[in-house]
Amino acid sequence: MDDKDLISGAEAVINALVENGVEVIFGYPGGAVLPLYDAIFQNKSLKHILVRHEQAAVHAAEGYARSTGKVGCVLVTSGPGATNAITGLTDALMDSIPVVCLSGQVPTHLIGTDAFQEADTTGISRPCTKHNYLVKNADLLCDVIHEAFDIASTGRPGPVLVDLPKDIQLTKIKYKQKSNKLQKMKPKPLSIDTQVISEVANLLINAKKPIIYGGGGLINSGPQASTLITQLVDLVDSPVTLTLMGLGAVPSNHKNFLGMLGMHGTYEANLAMHHCDVMINVGARFDDRVTGRLNAFSPNSKKIHIDIDKSSINKVVSVDYGIVGDCSEILKLLVEELKKLHNQKQIASKKSWWSQIDEWRKKDSLGFKQFGSAIKPQQAIKSLYQKTMNFDTYITTEVGQHQMWAAQYFGFSKPNHWMTSGGLGTMGYGLPSSVGVQIAHPKSLVIDISGEASFLMNMQELSTIVQYKLPVKIFILNNQWMGMVRQWQELNHGSRYSESYTESLPDFVLLAESFGIKGLRVEEFDKLESAIDEMISHKGPVIADIRVVKEENCFPMIPSGAAHNEMILGIDDKKNNTSEAGLALV
Amino acid sequence: MSVYQNNEVKEEETSRTLSLIVDNQPGTLARVIGLFSGRGYNIESLNVTEVDQKRNLSRISLVTRGTSMTIEQIKSQLLRIVPVRIVRDLTLEGPFIKSELALVKLVVEGANRVEALRIAGTFRARTLDVTLSSFIFELTGKPTKLDAFIDLMRSLGDTEISRTGVSAISRGNKTETKLLDQIQVN
Repeated sequence: MDDKDLISGAEAVINALVENGVEVIFGYPGGAVLPLYDAIFQNKSLKHILVRHEQAAVHAAEGYARSTGKVGCVLVTSGPGATNAITGLTDALMDSIPVVCLSGQVPTHLIGTDAFQEADTTGISRPCTKHNYLVKNADLLCDVIHEAFDIASTGRPGPVLVDLPKDIQLTKIKYKQKSNKLQKMKPKPLSIDTQVISEVANLLINAKKPIIYGGGGLINSGPQASTLITQLVDLVDSPVTLTLMGLGAVPSNHKNFLGMLGMHGTYEANLAMHHCDVMINVGARFDDRVTGRLNAFSPNSKKIHIDIDKSSINKVVSVDYGIVGDCSEILKLLVEELKKLHNQKQIASKKSWWSQIDEWRKKDSLGFKQFGSAIKPQQAIKSLYQKTMNFDTYITTEVGQHQMWAAQYFGFSKPNHWMTSGGLGTMGYGLPSSVGVQIAHPKSLVIDISGEASFLMNMQELSTIVQYKLPVKIFILNNQWMGMVRQWQELNHGSRYSESYTESLPDFVLLAESFGIKGLRVEEFDKLESAIDEMISHKGPVIADIRVVKEENCFPMIPSGAAHNEMILGIDDKKNNTSEAGLALV
Repeated sequence: MSVYQNNEVKEEETSRTLSLIVDNQPGTLARVIGLFSGRGYNIESLNVTEVDQKRNLSRISLVTRGTSMTIEQIKSQLLRIVPVRIVRDLTLEGPFIKSELALVKLVVEGANRVEALRIAGTFRARTLDVTLSSFIFELTGKPTKLDAFIDLMRSLGDTEISRTGVSAISRGNKTETKLLDQIQVN
């Protein structure tokens, strides 16, 4: 072999990233990744985005991945670089987001000696990644990178970490291209049972009270899954509800859409789940935020569960039909089967089901009254939605009340336009995530709906936003409380507001200006809409400090330990105190 | 009891023997064990060694307890681990053989030495080491047989025990060769 065929491990890694379609990498340099940074410096086809904290690098990569359907890519240094990335990796694992994270490591001969900036990165990240590698043999380097991308993006997606000792980055190797066959082959999964598909189709067509319940799997399966689920809804004329992760899979203005379900879902969605006779779950996982108390969960229904991960089926809720596979593939078969049946059979009448649902809808569980000059947070989201409807708008959120209000009052018509931390519930997710979204969609309107407390958790990313001239709009619902904590303390802990008040807040307008960003503050309702207009029309980034009613609670709500049919619509509706067992739940 | 627990008819927990084929590489065992500790499952017995040098594969024989729903969950979760190639539920599949090896050191003097040898003979244990004040016995067989032997030895003197954990295999002519052939050799 000629010496000129040899390149450094670091160059090979960067080449492999490019071969796997990576255009952008989010990272932060350090001692153990200097060879990789040197290779990036010399590579023209890979754009590096310098974040200000490694957690933010992963969230940015998640935002990039969720809004594009591609794999997000991260580069961090050893030790603190890797440990800082852990929250982001766990977030990506919980929400099944494809991310490949490269971390630097001390040279192989120093591993295990407590060297400077050494951490057992593969050990620490093992339970919070789908898979991870420590590359100790430079000859395997290229294969490992290729494999990492396959693992991150196939099946149920997730984060993969590759730990790269510095000496491996410097070793001269021959570049190896990706081979066609998947390296890690498990014995083939069973093909989809057509008999089951036809039984399920018959169940759906004969159901008098069906409900379709979709989740993040629909988004991960690609836009065709959203089209297919909408076709399924139309064919069965069934009501449909979506989880927090699934919003956008069915257009929010579809007449059969009942809104989000679960703890802060609509009354009609939760009651329909409770009273249905056939439930089909597509790409959701019966999360505890969705089911409420399990022993009272949808007691009289036949349940069908479609999931790409076999372990999701019968994990918490026993179902009658579990179908393992990609949502799109299975929905396609199901829709075909239903079309066939449509020609042969009379579809069961759902007149009484729909009139029952209309009764529930009349409760107007998302109703609120905007009066006086103080801005209701719900109104702020509603106005934001109305003003941005005609743009290609991407929404990211932090975690807490504002997140739930965004889910309730912002309508999504397309998948991949809603980025929120669902499983892990990571405060500080939204701002860095919006960086990744805006990088992927430079021309689109990207808004981080934020709370003042969450915003403070990763606000260093304002610097990233300025550096790359990202016109991200940060819409802070500022109630000066960790609102969701305050709400639970009010409901469950006798209004003893222990440490949930956000003291010593910065002046957000001055803060924005210190970064050279436009800052806006709105305190009165009649100025809200013009402020939103001003925010949208401004070319660069904006922080909008929306001062909202401080004590507003997020309703409707299934109190912890309660069932779907025990949900409360407001604070006065609190029929009885949260059960003792419920108090122990998060 | 958690309020999120299913109130279906309570099923008894039973002991189940799983047999896994995994890549023999650093971290694989940590992943398997981490799954059990992280998700709150129990490992009653664990035994790991390389069984296929060509394909670089190890077998993990593992005994756990749970209801059938829990066991199904454990099996599906195990299959999510990338280097776990095959998960077999031997208890569910049919008859299988479960065997374990124990090394038992007994410190004993006087009349009990004869008794110790007599019991060892009854159990068909091999004597691997003898001093004037101790024996080391080697015994293989079902875990229950080993338990009984060790109990008897304990009553005769000070003991030190080393057990391998259960190794298991299904009865009859069924093998995994076809499944293994699908696994690519790196």
